[in-house]
Amino acid sequence: MIQNLLRVEKYFDSPTEKLQVMRETLNQASGDLILKAHKPHISVRNLNVYLAKKHILKNVSLDIPDKAITCIIGPSGCGKTTLLKTFNRLLQNSVDVKIEGDVLVDGENIHGKEVEVESIRKKMGLLSQRPCPLPMSIYDNIAYGPRIHGIRRKKTLNLMVEKYLREAGLWDEVKDRLKSPATSLSIGQQQRLCLARGLAVKPEIILGDEATSALDPISSKKIEELFVKLRDQYSIVLVTHTLRQARRIADYVIFMYLGEVIEAAPASEIFSNPKEKLTKEYLDGYFS
Amino acid sequence: MNTIRYNKYRQAKEFLIRHIMLLLTLVSLTFAILIGISLYYKSVPILDHQSIWGLLSGSSWRPLKGEFGFFPFIMGTLWVTILAVIISLPLCLLAAIYLSEYAHPYIKKIVFPMIDVLAGIPPVVYGVWGILAVVPFISEKLAPHFVEFSTGYSILAGGIVLAIMIIPLMISVFIEIFDALPGGLREASLSLGATNWQTIKKVVLRKSFPGLAAAVVLAISRAFGETIAVLMVCGNVSEVPKSLFDPAYPLPALIANNYGEMMSIPLYDAALMLSALLLFVIILAFNAISRLVLIRIERNFAL
Amino acid sequence: MRHIRIKRIEEKIFKGLMIVATLAIVVSLFLIIVAIVRRGLPVMSWDMISKIPTGGFYLGKEGGLLNAIVGSLYIVVGSISLGLFFSLPIVLYINLYLPEKSRLAQFTRLSFDVLFGIPSIVYGAFGFTIMVYLGIRTSLLAGILTVTMLIIPILIRSIDEVIRRVPKEMKDAALSLGATRSEIIKPILRQVAPGIVTAILLSVGRGIGDAASVLFTAGYTDSIPTSLSQPVATLPLAIFFQLSSPIAEVQDRAYAAALILTVIVLILSIAARFYSRKFSKNKI
Repeated sequence: MIQNLLRVEKYFDSPTEKLQVMRETLNQASGDLILKAHKPHISVRNLNVYLAKKHILKNVSLDIPDKAITCIIGPSGCGKTTLLKTFNRLLQNSVDVKIEGDVLVDGENIHGKEVEVESIRKKMGLLSQRPCPLPMSIYDNIAYGPRIHGIRRKKTLNLMVEKYLREAGLWDEVKDRLKSPATSLSIGQQQRLCLARGLAVKPEIILGDEATSALDPISSKKIEELFVKLRDQYSIVLVTHTLRQARRIADYVIFMYLGEVIEAAPASEIFSNPKEKLTKEYLDGYFS
Repeated sequence: MNTIRYNKYRQAKEFLIRHIMLLLTLVSLTFAILIGISLYYKSVPILDHQSIWGLLSGSSWRPLKGEFGFFPFIMGTLWVTILAVIISLPLCLLAAIYLSEYAHPYIKKIVFPMIDVLAGIPPVVYGVWGILAVVPFISEKLAPHFVEFSTGYSILAGGIVLAIMIIPLMISVFIEIFDALPGGLREASLSLGATNWQTIKKVVLRKSFPGLAAAVVLAISRAFGETIAVLMVCGNVSEVPKSLFDPAYPLPALIANNYGEMMSIPLYDAALMLSALLLFVIILAFNAISRLVLIRIERNFAL
Repeated sequence: MRHIRIKRIEEKIFKGLMIVATLAIVVSLFLIIVAIVRRGLPVMSWDMISKIPTGGFYLGKEGGLLNAIVGSLYIVVGSISLGLFFSLPIVLYINLYLPEKSRLAQFTRLSFDVLFGIPSIVYGAFGFTIMVYLGIRTSLLAGILTVTMLIIPILIRSIDEVIRRVPKEMKDAALSLGATRSEIIKPILRQVAPGIVTAILLSVGRGIGDAASVLFTAGYTDSIPTSLSQPVATLPLAIFFQLSSPIAEVQDRAYAAALILTVIVLILSIAARFYSRKFSKNKI
């Protein structure tokens, strides 16, 4: 099976085709293979997080596979969002935070001394619960990221804005009113705008913090479709507490409970045959 | 390569901005200390000359002879301030209860902007109003019933003007405190069959007492330091007042009125700076205490 | 039964008293405005706002208040710009750089709350000692500096209020694009711009109306200053000084000045209200 995968990499140049074959192969595959095929992009080792003396994350160790959708599920208050925020170091904005352990992105510890927070954050696009457009026009929202990273040429910016709005499936809806304020969009469009804005800084990872929970069903379906479309190019990490969403789109699932990782496995495996009793109870709806 | 250089530049800019801002913040924190020190430094000559207690309790003010007794001014300030609080406290308390517990949102929408306007009117305009309306009213209508003669420029005039001036501050802090009370408290009392007024009397007022006290202290310190309006209507006679219709000479008015001459008479400027220092220290302490109480209340209720 | 009736009556009495108290406060506002307008309006004329006084502000019967109007404008524009220059970095620092609930931020807020309560006469006296120390005479510059000290606490308190209300997600959204903290200042300021306008209007109101702080520091003059080192007249001082004149025409000028000042302050507080409403509409 592994040889098969390696051969695949040799023969297919287009990443999309490559992944399709990969996924087909993998669908028949079992166990940890997904992690072998998709090298871990983020690795967490013995992570402990204390917020105001409360132990939020307890000795968490896990791997997030590259170029796949990982869903973190669990009842609310189990530390999912905290985990997500440690990835791009947004947690340090509040006082009384203590973080122990390692978070490695591409093998580099993000809490290392030499690391620039900004470059870590640039690597990861964040999609928050409620869409949060910046108080400027649609165009400027997309161009904000490239501009702060030093792109000034009007032409380049125009091209980028169009490219990423297309990628987020928003171009046709807004191309005639790029100069109008971003708040004039509907909430679903705003969320796609935020996705496009995140993509415009060329991240490798997309973090979604219950990114669809504030949206209507149609908009959230669109976002989900976008995630599926984008998983060939980005590692996507989604915190969600709608189990059905995880069932629909996840490749890899991490189940957390009260700050601990209970189980982490490929989606097919965890949904059909959970190893832990707690996972099974959660999936069966004994608690939520 | 280029991006690396650009990032270096961004990091340097960030570092610079961050440290300039930190420096400004830290410097701003020393501001109060700076005021205190410089006023103290300026008033040292008179403190060398006479003891602080002698100055505070002496009642003769003859700068030309080198006699600086602050007692009449302190008494003037106290009279005016206390009168202002006595007038405005019940008004504010009743109005604040009405506005936060009874009034229709529509009424609030009309009254709140008016309180804001009242807060925005400059002291000097209050002073003009005092001269136009309050002083004649006292000398013509009110005083003849009680004393033989009064010009109207009196403690009473100062107290009334000051009372109106501190109303906006007091009432807005009162309303903030009432609004900060958890709603469940009222519901609990009402559901036991208490009337609205009983709930207010037994629960709301009792529960918010520390906050109300802090608000009153805040208002007192505002009244204490008010200068121009009081100066314009108080009469400014440096004697210990005996009745409400006597003129008074509050401490801030003393400073404001004599700035012109203070450089020519020895020790005069030191005496005036000492009174500024007194005002500063007293008001600083009052303010700090009441703000701390209010912050604590906000935090407790927020949970 | 009787017990309940007493309860009802007590409730009625107190409710009546409350309404009376509220009315009294509202009425006193009207009394003030009516008194100022009734005395000031008859003596208002175009000359009042377009001419400087002739023959000395204290004795001259001719002329108007242009010196005080322009002087107040100079002082307010100068001190607001200077005040923003100092207070914006401080507010941004305690909100963006310091973590939530940081000790330093809380202490800074407390200290400006306290400074807000310090009476303007103390700022005036302090400004005067600084003036003497630096060897500056009463001038526009000294007036601007003193009023700046007076309004910085107001600016900081009110701007802090609006910036604190910026949703945390917005900061996070901009930060997660890889922006440094100083780079997210621009979008945040844009978000709270109407709130800052309100804060500025409030401080203009306070700065333009205050007499005690400029009494020692600005001096007073009949002419319009042409440089920072010349003394300057302001509206509140025009009221204060000219009211004590024995000449009726000069006193009229004081009442006209009171009317002008009141109108300015009324416009400012209406504008502030308008902007703060607009602000709450635009909130995300």
